[in-house]
Amino acid sequence: MSATTTAIEVPARATAQHGGVTQLRVIRSEWTKLWSLRSTRWTLLVAVIGMAGLGPLVAAIQMSRWSTMGPDDRLHFNAINTAVGGWHLAQLAIGVLGVLVLTGEYSTGQIRSSFMAVPKRLPVLWAKTGTFATVAFALMLISTFVGFFGASAILTQHHVQPALSHAPALRAVIGAALYLAVLGVFCTSLGALVRNTAGGIALFVCLLFVLPGVVAILPTSLQNSINPYLPLNAGTTLLAGRPEAHTLSPWGGFAVFCGYTAIALVAAAILMRRRDA
Amino acid sequence: MISVENVTKRYGEKVAVDGLTFQVKPGIVTGFLGPNGAGKSTTMRLILGLDAPNGGSVSIDGRSYVDLPAPLHEVGAMLEARAIHTGRSAYNHLLALAQTHGIGRSRVDEVIDLVGLTDVARKRVGGFSLGMGQRLGVAAALLGDPRVLILDEPANGLDPEGILWIRTLLKRLAKEGRTVFLSSHLMAEMAQTADHLVVIGRGRLIADGTVDEFVRRASTGAAVRVVSPQATALRDALAAKEARVDSVERGVLEVHGLSGQEIGEIALAEKIVLAELTPLQASLEQAFMELTGETVEYHASSTDTDDPTTLRAAA
Ligand SMILES: Nc1ncnc2c1ncn2[C@@H]1O[C@H](COP(=O)(O)OP(=O)(O)OP(=O)(O)O)[C@@H](O)[C@H]1O
Ligand SMILES: [Mg+2]
Repeated sequence: MSATTTAIEVPARATAQHGGVTQLRVIRSEWTKLWSLRSTRWTLLVAVIGMAGLGPLVAAIQMSRWSTMGPDDRLHFNAINTAVGGWHLAQLAIGVLGVLVLTGEYSTGQIRSSFMAVPKRLPVLWAKTGTFATVAFALMLISTFVGFFGASAILTQHHVQPALSHAPALRAVIGAALYLAVLGVFCTSLGALVRNTAGGIALFVCLLFVLPGVVAILPTSLQNSINPYLPLNAGTTLLAGRPEAHTLSPWGGFAVFCGYTAIALVAAAILMRRRDA
Repeated sequence: MISVENVTKRYGEKVAVDGLTFQVKPGIVTGFLGPNGAGKSTTMRLILGLDAPNGGSVSIDGRSYVDLPAPLHEVGAMLEARAIHTGRSAYNHLLALAQTHGIGRSRVDEVIDLVGLTDVARKRVGGFSLGMGQRLGVAAALLGDPRVLILDEPANGLDPEGILWIRTLLKRLAKEGRTVFLSSHLMAEMAQTADHLVVIGRGRLIADGTVDEFVRRASTGAAVRVVSPQATALRDALAAKEARVDSVERGVLEVHGLSGQEIGEIALAEKIVLAELTPLQASLEQAFMELTGETVEYHASSTDTDDPTTLRAAA
């Protein structure tokens, strides 16, 4: 570093085309931020592998046991659920990464740099949630298709493969990507609210995975009326291979999940404007 | 120009900044001094719109920071706590900041060169030394070629060469007509860099003036060193005039409360020979401590200069 200590020339007025902060520019910046972290790339890789790999893997296990399966098991076997089953793994990676998108900035102090560049703050929140949701949707859509076709290829042996032309199948494939993208926004909002990585992840796990367990110890009638509205159950209605009792309609459930996400996002926006960075 | 008007900031019970008013003018380097916890960093965060004041107002060239359409072109800032994601490379950190304003990659390379981080620009910031982190902070502040610079303890962690580098850089930026505002608790360092000083303690303004004024004020009340073969006689003569006289060594006195001129006149009247008469400058560090002494919050436990307010409360 010593060679340059004599270079104190301040370059003439920035070559920059003097323009201000725009939403598009903030999106470009957030795109750079997202991909320039190793943690992002690894976590997304885990999500992709989980989403594309779990379906074919489970399909292969099922097929190897098919001849020994009883008629009841065969009847209950749902090819669609198997083919898009990767979402169980992918949601954890997407959720954790969603939380990190903002808490990573708060824990390192980066958020102050971000807010000094964009003092109105909200463009940062929109850009972060927007880019992350888009990336999650695109990657998860591709991986779901890969997983789906991979599983179908394996399931052909016993002629139980799902067909994409079948409405629930196509809906499940697109629904998995939609659910995971909205989950990303949901978790980014949680991160913005809590501003702490451990707290954000704990909140995400509680709302999605612990809450159903708590409801399960309630009286059955109460369970049946609460269960459909739990974030996880509402969010994944699009993925169901066949209609089940005590669930919301596919798009109705997804709309409820989007509603929760909107509430979390608006709360995050209000607090982000108000709180000291 | 930065203008801070009657600003107050509380964190719960704690008053970090208390009715603070001052201005920072362009074309000069203004130093911001105060003991630990005086509220310097808080004031800077208030100027940058990161924290909201409980009262008063802050403006930069008449506008609040939040209303600046292109803040990085107007104000470049470096905060005390590193405001950088440790997982990103220096280059990508600067690039992401640049992109919010449509600043090109060539400018990113330029500022990296300017602060001397070219060799490590692609390395993760997490592995940077304190000094490298400071340099990256300076690079980020200069990115938009701003008219106003706000730097929180920029010399912190820099080696002597680095300190000289930043001092020269800041002076040059001021000479170009920019507003340069930097904090420190190192008085001596400040005296060499700044033209104007704003001193605070416990969130309140203590002094606001030029460095020259400050140095002059610091020197009044300082001692005069006198060497005389008739030291004992001189000592009695001076003591009679209510001066405080310390014998430093044989034939050498340190006189407080009289000027060199007055001592000379007394010596002449008493027919005492003077061999040497030297006004001693109070060190700037001493002057700073005198000025802020009562407002120092966090004393090392071994010092006996206890907080006067707690003494008063206890009495
Ligand atoms: N976010 C915060 N929450 C609570 N208290 C705070 C916060 N920021 C600052 N303070 C308190 O406000 C006071 C002023 O702190 P500040 O960091 O502004 O001092 P400083 O002059 O920068 O000190 P130093 O020279 O040590 O950097 C301190 O007592 C500090 O504990
Ligand atoms: Mg500080």
